[in-house]
Amino acid sequence: MKTHVSNLVKYKDLFLELIIKDIKLKYRNSLLGVLWSMLNPLLMMVVLSIVFMEFFKNNIANFPVYVLTGRIVYQYFADATNFAMDSIHANGQLIRKVYVPKYFFPLSRVFSTLFTAVLSLVPLALTMMVTGLSLRWMNLLVIVPIFYLLVITAGIALILAAITVFFNDLKHMYSIVLMILMYMTPIFYPISIIPEKYLTIIKLNPIYPIVDMFRDVLLYGTLPSLTLHLICVGYMVVYAGVGLLVFYKSQDRFIYHL
Amino acid sequence: MNDDIAIEISDVTMKYRLMTEKIDSLKNFFIKKVRNEIKYEEFFALKQVNFSIRKGEVYGIIGMNGAGKSTLLKIIAGVLKPTSGRVLKRGSVAPLIELGAGFNGELSGYENIFLNGLLMGYSKKFIKSKMEEIIDFSELGKFIHTPLKNYSSGMRARLGFSIATVVKPDILIVDEVLSVGDFKFKEKSEMKIRSMMKEGTTVLFVSHSLGQVESICDKVIWLESGFVKEIGAAKEIIAHFKQHA
Ligand SMILES: Nc1ncnc2c1ncn2[C@@H]1O[C@H](COP(=O)(O)OP(=O)(O)OP(=O)(O)O)[C@@H](O)[C@H]1O
Ligand SMILES: [Mg+2]
Repeated sequence: MKTHVSNLVKYKDLFLELIIKDIKLKYRNSLLGVLWSMLNPLLMMVVLSIVFMEFFKNNIANFPVYVLTGRIVYQYFADATNFAMDSIHANGQLIRKVYVPKYFFPLSRVFSTLFTAVLSLVPLALTMMVTGLSLRWMNLLVIVPIFYLLVITAGIALILAAITVFFNDLKHMYSIVLMILMYMTPIFYPISIIPEKYLTIIKLNPIYPIVDMFRDVLLYGTLPSLTLHLICVGYMVVYAGVGLLVFYKSQDRFIYHL
Repeated sequence: MNDDIAIEISDVTMKYRLMTEKIDSLKNFFIKKVRNEIKYEEFFALKQVNFSIRKGEVYGIIGMNGAGKSTLLKIIAGVLKPTSGRVLKRGSVAPLIELGAGFNGELSGYENIFLNGLLMGYSKKFIKSKMEEIIDFSELGKFIHTPLKNYSSGMRARLGFSIATVVKPDILIVDEVLSVGDFKFKEKSEMKIRSMMKEGTTVLFVSHSLGQVESICDKVIWLESGFVKEIGAAKEIIAHFKQHA
């Protein structure tokens, strides 16, 4: 354990560099890429708002903010886990040659994807103002669910990255899982339409409480309940714990499959 | 463990699994698992290797191609985990095994010093402070800002060597890296290794150039298909090895 911590300190500059490199590669130092990352959620929000407000006449209050919060959370989770999944394969040559803490590869990708998510908070703030929600200090509390989301995503990313080393068709199956997860998350429908008996299934979805919390502090202006915090902390402990364990136990065998 | 021991290898075995057929998809795995068709061929690259090296000793490792020398060094460097057995190390390790791992051809030599340095676990600040020294030692001069893809393999090796040896490690692990440079750089890097030895660095040295091993090392380990065949004074073991071959 002590060596793990001292290793982390020793290699921290490498970890930062891996994150920065990903971001640089994605945006190639261009303003256009940054703009696109902000425009993209905005366009999606406009389309979904038209469809669901005009055609389906749903009665969700402030639908644009409702759908954006849901989508930002889901999209981050999907992007980050997908990106982290083949991080070990992508760095296979390196892993065969030098000692590097291997979990750096999935985790740095989980962190670098956060940059895009944070960018999409800008159009969210704009939408909030345009739809008549004034920005409040309380909105800054969004940092709390972001932290929960980061840890949960990191845990799942570690599990996926480890398994993908052994079975590279997981990637295809996972895209189906992600789609199911999207429909299991109340992004564009209200949770009230879910029949009671399916509610527990929906709530087992690890990003559901995060979305809830996002909406509490950004849309409804209420403090998230203690229960909600406890659920998030519970998921965090479970996913991060299982992720670290699975990764730690399998990492010595990666080398046979790279 | 004795206080003046730098490396202790106990019962180290390295088993590779050669799959008779590559199974890399879940679908195949389950089909084969159900039919009980998964077969591995086992291959031992190292078998029950035991030895210990005291601080400041200089050991050579010799043996034929495929004897397991590089595997052993990678295990000591921490790149590979042995299948069983234990490795104890005292102090910092500088591995000169795969020089310039993680070099990126599109980046300049200068940028690659950063990249490679970070991979060796140096901090950014440390690399900056040693930049001059690394560039000087590599003698790349004006080429330092050229993309690495335009370097000759010797030039790459020089850069890699300069980065890896900019620290004063307690343990230095060298795997045939002196063989790529031109004779001048070979001499220079040998000098560098010797100066580290003078300062008390423990050295593990793999080379097919037996003359070099004999001149640098006090003791030699002879590996033969994963076994330690003999350990002892350099001269003696090398003589046996030559006879045997
Ligand atoms: N990833 C791997 N999978 C299967 N077998 C491997 C793997 N890596 C090495 N081996 C085998 O292990 C044996 C020892 O290899 P190693 O590289 O240690 O030899 P060496 O003594 O360094 O040889 P050389 O003098 O050619 O450098 C070889 O037979 C090699 O084929
Ligand atoms: Mg070798």
